[in-house]
Amino acid sequence: MSVAPVKTITYREAMREAIREALLADERVFLMGEDVGAYGGCFGVSKGLLDEFGPERIRDTPLSESAFVGAGIGAALGGMRPIVEVMTVNFCLLALDQIMNNAATITHMSGGQFAIPLVIRMTTGAGRQVAAQHSHSLEGWLAHIPGLKLLAPATLADARGMLAPALADPNPVLMFEHGSLYNLEGELASDAGAVDIERAAIRRPGDDVTLIAYGGTLATALSAADQLATGGIEAEVLDLRVLRPLDDRAIVESVVRTHRAVVVDEGWRSGSLAAEVSARIMEQAFYELDAPVARVCSAEVPMPYPRHLEQGALPQPGQVVDEVRRMIGVPADE
Amino acid sequence: MSTTAGKPTAGIDREHGLELLRQMLRVRRFEEKCVELYSATKIRGFMHLYIGEEAVAVGAMQALTPEDAIVATYREHGHALVRGVSAGSIMAEMYGKVEGCARGRGGSMHLFDAASRFYGGNAIVGGGLPLAVGLALADKLQGRRRVTACFFGDGAVAEGEFHECMNLAALWSLPVLFLCENNRYAMGTAIERYESETDLALKAASYEMTAWSADGMDVLAVEEAARRAAGEVRDGGRPCFLELRTYRFRAHSMYDPDLYRTKEEIERWKEHDPIPALTARLQAAGLVTDTDVEQLEQAIAEEIEDAIAFAEEGTLEPVEELERFVYFEGAAP
Repeated sequence: MSVAPVKTITYREAMREAIREALLADERVFLMGEDVGAYGGCFGVSKGLLDEFGPERIRDTPLSESAFVGAGIGAALGGMRPIVEVMTVNFCLLALDQIMNNAATITHMSGGQFAIPLVIRMTTGAGRQVAAQHSHSLEGWLAHIPGLKLLAPATLADARGMLAPALADPNPVLMFEHGSLYNLEGELASDAGAVDIERAAIRRPGDDVTLIAYGGTLATALSAADQLATGGIEAEVLDLRVLRPLDDRAIVESVVRTHRAVVVDEGWRSGSLAAEVSARIMEQAFYELDAPVARVCSAEVPMPYPRHLEQGALPQPGQVVDEVRRMIGVPADE
Repeated sequence: MSTTAGKPTAGIDREHGLELLRQMLRVRRFEEKCVELYSATKIRGFMHLYIGEEAVAVGAMQALTPEDAIVATYREHGHALVRGVSAGSIMAEMYGKVEGCARGRGGSMHLFDAASRFYGGNAIVGGGLPLAVGLALADKLQGRRRVTACFFGDGAVAEGEFHECMNLAALWSLPVLFLCENNRYAMGTAIERYESETDLALKAASYEMTAWSADGMDVLAVEEAARRAAGEVRDGGRPCFLELRTYRFRAHSMYDPDLYRTKEEIERWKEHDPIPALTARLQAAGLVTDTDVEQLEQAIAEEIEDAIAFAEEGTLEPVEELERFVYFEGAAP
């Protein structure tokens, strides 16, 4: 069996390759959003695509989130396969009427008459000192809504492979790209393609505790796992990947193996995805637990600008390590 | 507003005149029956009546083809009926029955029908406009010469989505026919109390879009304006805005005690009721007789009785199916 050669690629480039491939594969696919064309994408994801595909398919929009997100829904109803880029999850609040009242409801409210094959991509998360209106992780809010599917690609393979199945899905799919990931660089098979968009994935196996993370906190959990390993604690790191519908089976199976869980979530603790995951573990695996589920979330403050305060607000590997040691009964100073 | 009874009926023939009258009467009688059924608790939830405004939907629909798309508001019984969604499936929808045009899932405010390209029934004021822009964008990108007709009320003009969509449709030259049903009230707030500029066509025109107003109590005037506007959209491949000045004779919804306007105002507008106005014109022109009107009424009464029987005999969706269609079943078309 021959193995495809690997290449070095960034998360940003992997996402661009995925969009380019989708545009080449299906003439119904087009990309629209603020500065996706001439600017090359606020985060550089769509750089070069305007030259290659032209302004009909790489559409710069006015700063009208509600209109262009809603237009994406309408275009999907009209037979297209739109990719709508919203600069950040904070800005998607300006389109929340369309996402909630139309994208999420029309299929059910119409008795199943209409499919909405739409992908909405947006950046999420903090870490770049862009303060309290560009840094939040609101995917937990959106994960509250039936009718939507939510993806959080945290690896190069997922950045490269989640878009195609998301576009093939007849439902609105929201993709959350953590801002800290765009420069992530690594090796990816040159023939990497579509990945599953239903299952969570174990990124590091371990028997002592399950660290549940997604998007920007995957690196936090992996870093914590490395630190724990030096002390002889083997953490399993589960990447949720799909935030709605959650892969309960993967979560429960891991907890059944490790009997302990820490959820690492950049959202605020109250009413968070971490709260949802924790509740599901309680409901479905309570008697498997050796300790209460712990959560490491962002501090419940609007994200501050100075680096030390921002880092102080965000989940840190050290906090995860401390939680694990506390629940296993290892003294923190050991 | 002006009285239409004395106006000429140039160019209209008997057949078309009767059809316009029939459609307006269908909507009127259907909704009058809905009021009875609401009082009898057969219909529940919010219900918004179009009574008084029938000339707008009936006139505007004359300009559309079966390939065109329609996006409407929560006051859309008339639009669905005139578009060809059957009275039975609309009534069954309001009964919450599986035989309804949205499986009973939507009710009065959310009528949907894929077969006639009827995209709701949108109950967020202004929320349908982005959908219409997107449907038109899909047509443009796929090279189809179709019109997306987007109905909305005057209240929507104060929403941000209105302005975003006017701009986007004009900027991208999208084939949307914006049909503003100006009934002078955003629920209970009179237009003078919520708009800095009450000439809504003037507002739309500021987006570099052809826009004008027509008498929404005169079905022939609405039809003429809609045909011209739809032609501009279809042939010119660009949006057009029509403000149709109309009035609702009934309260905003079944919950509305209608305290914000005077009985005298309502009575004054009722003098311009589009149905007797058209009847008088057609009769004055010798195109229609009393017998014709009686026959229309008879046929409509039978259609509505059949619709009610259909709804009564309909089935309630099993609760086990509650979660069906949260996600679409099968592949997208």
